[in-house]
Amino acid sequence: MSSEKSTNNSAVTADSELNYPGRLIIKSLISFVSMVGGMYLLLLESIYLTLKGLLVPGNKIGGKSLINQMVRVGVKAIPIVFLVQMSIGVIIPLQIFPKLDEFGQGEQVATINAISGFREFGPLMTAIVLCGFAGASIAAELGTMVTSEEIEALKASALNPVRFLVLPRLLATIIMTIMLSVIADVIIIIGGMLTAYNLGIGPETYLNLTFQAVNISGFATGLCKAAVFGLLIGLIACHLGLSVKQWQGSEGVGQATTKTVVYCIVSTIVADAIFTLIFYSYGLF
Amino acid sequence: MSQADKNNTEPGFVTMLDCEKPEPIIEICDLVKSFGDQRVLDGINLQVFPSEIMVVMGGSGCGKSTLLQHLIGSTIPDEGLIKLFGQEITTMPEKQLDEIRKQFGILFQSGALFNSLTISENVALLLKEHTDLDDETIETMVKIKLELVGLRTHSEKLPAQISGGMKKRAGLARAIALDPKILFYDEPSAGLDPVTSAGVDQLIIDLTKKLHVTSVVVTHEMDSAFTIADRMCMLDQGRMLKVGTRQEFEQLRDSAPEDLDNDKERLIRQFLRGDATGPITERKMTSDYENDLLMVNANKIK
Repeated sequence: MSSEKSTNNSAVTADSELNYPGRLIIKSLISFVSMVGGMYLLLLESIYLTLKGLLVPGNKIGGKSLINQMVRVGVKAIPIVFLVQMSIGVIIPLQIFPKLDEFGQGEQVATINAISGFREFGPLMTAIVLCGFAGASIAAELGTMVTSEEIEALKASALNPVRFLVLPRLLATIIMTIMLSVIADVIIIIGGMLTAYNLGIGPETYLNLTFQAVNISGFATGLCKAAVFGLLIGLIACHLGLSVKQWQGSEGVGQATTKTVVYCIVSTIVADAIFTLIFYSYGLF
Repeated sequence: MSQADKNNTEPGFVTMLDCEKPEPIIEICDLVKSFGDQRVLDGINLQVFPSEIMVVMGGSGCGKSTLLQHLIGSTIPDEGLIKLFGQEITTMPEKQLDEIRKQFGILFQSGALFNSLTISENVALLLKEHTDLDDETIETMVKIKLELVGLRTHSEKLPAQISGGMKKRAGLARAIALDPKILFYDEPSAGLDPVTSAGVDQLIIDLTKKLHVTSVVVTHEMDSAFTIADRMCMLDQGRMLKVGTRQEFEQLRDSAPEDLDNDKERLIRQFLRGDATGPITERKMTSDYENDLLMVNANKIK
């Protein structure tokens, strides 16, 4: 009887979804617009509070909290970033070297490794690591704070959750994505250099070619990307974490965490593509 | 006896309070709130006077937590007004409302302590954020607050390291950090063993007496309600059934059903006594309820 009922129910649901596919599209569209709108408002409030904290005496940003978050988001992620970027530094030369060697240009692995590392893999792979490492943990933490009434308690105590919780996390994510990207660049070069040494390219040649390949502009555009990736990760994680409803409990927290990781990775890659198009169009390499 | 209390003793039960009565510290007039089609609060009227303990009772889902959310300004009503300290808060800008919020404290059902901070840091947080006091003075004040709730020796523990009862007491210490004039309690005894629950009740009474605060306690724990209340009110399906003194409610609880005039009185009596049968359970047997439950005409099934 109950299985019959559930079969009927699922049939009805499937039927209504089939009859109204437009409804699903509209629902998804509304949800997307609402999320982007929410993130935009969160960004505006964060900018306002940061400026107020910096310019108006008596308005604190929360330096201690910012440092705690920087340690949590960035410092603890260093070993993972090291492992990932070292692997990238090993993979690229090994993949490229045979083809280049056919043309007698084997040492150019240094150039390719430097350009791809500084412009792409440094910031991008760091951001992807932070999507899971920082984004998921921020969303889960804030979501849990909603379900355990901590956010409600903050508001009832006349404390602004954006200033108190979002701002330190957002700033920490931006700052640490930039700093980790710099570290990532160095690790990719080291990884590439060690691999190249095994391929018969001396460290001196490798470093010379690396410094020739990388200019200030390439380095700066990489860091610029890293800042935007950090901003996206922080905003998405904070917004989705705070969007959990108290009644959703652990299920809501789980959903927010999963969405955060997916949305962060997707938005980071899309943003990277947009940046690359812009930089390419304006010759900013 | 105040005029309001006289009104409350009248047998009409739903007490329509005159909004012009003198100086209640909390005043709720014709409050209405709906979520979708469901009317959660339906014309609530209530006045709370300085230094009294008002207990708001009602079954699960009757609207008492929603009422509390309105009182702390986290939910905006559809209709009606709420005055705290004589100021209308429903239309008040958030910044102004924050100034009102600094004058009341709230103990949440779960304690709602900030898990990343120690107990003393939880209590100190509001003092650091809302006052210009130096660190030494704040430390002393935190010690005093924790001593009041009997938690001074646990000040350096994290919320995860203490029991449920201690969390409530720590939440209370945080709620009184800024010496509020009003304290709101959301189910203070929920989930506690009888001894710890009695301890929290005694704490509420002591704090109200020592600090001369006005307390509004939302609960459905009857033992606790009758221990702490000066006055009580009862909500049912979003409506205010009765506002009265504790003695009136005790009298109602101890009356025989045949001595009561109407269904409302019998409903309140059943709730106060926790009887398994009575108007509350009987209304679940009506055809309307069955129709609602089965989503078809129940008579056809019969």
